[in-house]
Formats: sequence, C-alpha cells, structure tokens
Amino acid sequence: MRLRMMEITVGAFLIAGALALLLLALNVSGLSLSEPKQSYTLYARFENIGGLTPRSKVTMSGVLVGKVVNITLDPEQLMALVEMEIDSDVDFLSIDSSASILTAGLLGEKYIGVSPGAEDEMLKHGDVFEDTQSALVLEELVGKFLFNQASE
Amino acid sequence: MVELIAATGRAGLSHVAAFGRAAIFLLQALLARPAPLQMLPLLTRQIYVVGVQSLIIIVVSGLFIGMVLGLQGYTILVSYGSEQAVGQMVALSLVRELAPVVTALLFAGRAGSALTAEIGLMKATEQLASLEMIGVDPLRRIIAPRFWAGFLCLPLLSAVFALVGVYGGALVGVEWLGIYEGSFWANMQNSVDFVEDVLNGSIKAVVFGFVVTWIAVYQGYDCIPTSEGISQATTRTVVYASLAVLGLDFVLTALMFGDL
Repeated sequence: MRLRMMEITVGAFLIAGALALLLLALNVSGLSLSEPKQSYTLYARFENIGGLTPRSKVTMSGVLVGKVVNITLDPEQLMALVEMEIDSDVDFLSIDSSASILTAGLLGEKYIGVSPGAEDEMLKHGDVFEDTQSALVLEELVGKFLFNQASE
Repeated sequence: MVELIAATGRAGLSHVAAFGRAAIFLLQALLARPAPLQMLPLLTRQIYVVGVQSLIIIVVSGLFIGMVLGLQGYTILVSYGSEQAVGQMVALSLVRELAPVVTALLFAGRAGSALTAEIGLMKATEQLASLEMIGVDPLRRIIAPRFWAGFLCLPLLSAVFALVGVYGGALVGVEWLGIYEGSFWANMQNSVDFVEDVLNGSIKAVVFGFVVTWIAVYQGYDCIPTSEGISQATTRTVVYASLAVLGLDFVLTALMFGDL
C-alpha cells in the first residue's frame, strides 16, 4: 500500500512538472500551439531606426500584423534596411503604404506603424516600402528647436 | 621551503586525482544502468525522496520570491509610470535566472546533502561492501537510480518554481497593487520568448541537475567512512554544488544571452 501511494505521488509529481513547463510555455511565453502563421517579407529603408530591434512589432492602425526579423545597414544607400515578416492574411497593403518608426509611450519600446495608401496595386513578398519615416531622436529635435530659437 | 612546495604539489595532485575519480565514477554510474524493469521501482523510490519531498520547499520559495519580485518591481517601476512592465520583469528574471539557480541551490541543500549522507552512511556501515559481496553492483543498485532521479527532478522542480513564482508576482501585482491584468500578462507574453527564455532556462536546470546530483552522489561514495568523514562530505556537497551552480550559471548566461 505504501508503495502504491509512493507511485501515485511520483506520478503526480512528474505530471505536475511537465504541466508546469507547458503552462510556462503557453501562459508566460505566449506560445500558441496552432501552427505558425504564414508570412511574407517586406523591406523598408530608414535614415535612423532609433532603438528598433529584431522582434519589434509591426502594427497597422494599432493592430499587430507582423514583426521585425532583421536589421542591416544597406551599403549602397547608407541607410538601415529593416526586414519585416508580415502575416499573409494581411495582403492588402498598397504599394504607396508608408512605414514609420513610432514609440510606445514616452520612453517605451520602438515599433513600426504602417499607414495604408490609396493605390490599387499591393505590396508583394520582397517589396520595399517607398515612403518611410525615421524614428524621432530626442537630441535632433532639441537641436532643431535650439537652432530655430537662435535664428529668430 | 621544499616542504612547502611538496605540500602544494601533494594538494594539487590529490585534487586532480579526485577529479579523475569523479569522472570515472560518473562514467560508470551512467553506464551501469540496471535492466529497465528493475530500474523502475528503484527510480520511483528515488524520485519520491529527491523530487516529491522537495516539492514543498520549492513551491513555498517560488511563491515568496515571485511575490517579492512583484512588490519590488512595482515600487521601483511605479515611479516611472511603467508598472505594466512588472509582469515582464518578474517572468524574465524567474524564467531565465532565479528559477534554475535558486531551485538548484535549494535542491543541493535539501536533496543533495541527504543523498551524500545516505550513501556515506551506507559506506561507513559497509552496506556497499556487503552488496558487492553478494554480487550486486552498488553503482547499479544504489548510485545510478539516485543519479537519474536527481537529473530528472531538478528541471521539473525548476519549472514548478518559475510557474508558481510568476503567479505569486501576479497575485501581488495584479490582485493587491492593482496593475491592470491585461497589460501585465500581455507585456509578459510579448517579451518572454519560448525558445530564448523558457527553453534556455530549462537547459540551465538540466545542467544544474546533472552537476548537483553528480557532486552529491560522488561525495557520498568517496567519503571517508567515519562519522566525521560523512559530515565533511555533506558540507562539501552543499558548498561545492552551490559554487558550481553559481559559477556555471554565469558561463551559461554568457553563452545564452551575452552574445559572446
């Protein structure tokens, strides 16, 4: 009987441990068991990415539509080249959509906001956002402000 | 002078020899796997002793560490108006660092010392020798099940610790201090990555489980078979295991998160 009790508690312990790992994965890291979403790649060039990092969010009207996968420096145009993965069900970004780097809150993380355009043609896999707006850098703003003040 | 150099040499040699013995011992213990049917009851018993009986201390410490993290995080972050980030802070520090490390330290104190004392006493009362006499390999019968049980239990305990800690943090942050529940969990889920954080934390726990159990079992098996020797071996288990865990943690963190 004691052996049976022991086996039951050990079994319960093993299950509890495995369950804890599963809950950590689902609840804490937000992993979803559904198959990963299909996505396509878009690029955008920015003069200054501020604090944008890989895994930053890409949103449209505040709704999450993808994420930043890679940031490199374009050696020809000397601009930051940001590679984004956009969910395939978001296939209605017209070619004149614009991408801007925004900040969540005053000191929050940087993310990319996409504003829709008016053209009928849509951005496809591998396309580049023509219209981009760089991150606001506080020092540059202050610098401009001081320059304007001085010239007045 | 010459005596001093000789003493240094002696100490160095004996340390190297101990390392060698420990490595050979580990190899033998890993190879000396009893037949599966025979292993199972032995392993069950050890998992009960090593794992189930450590569960209470792990759950209680996890809960309180999570609650303290929630409280401290809140009081610091609220002055920047970003108390929503508490969830992220609690989850990341638990999953990446605190769960594996604190679990391993507690495990070394709770289960490791018991393993050493038990095996040491078996050696002192010549039970190990008697087993060998009747043709049972003590490595197989005594050491291997304990080793595997510790190796298996620590990652599970660490996962339990992290989970209980996160909910402890949520209890303090959301229920008592009034952080908005949605942003608490959403921030956490956005910032914690399964592969990068949860899996890496589990790998740490696996490594610690291996090292702590190895040290505990070896110290017991290698101890001087007197009451004094057992007490020394038990102390050594806790000290060596804790130092090894903390040192290895830095190395693992540097490899996993440090871009080295």
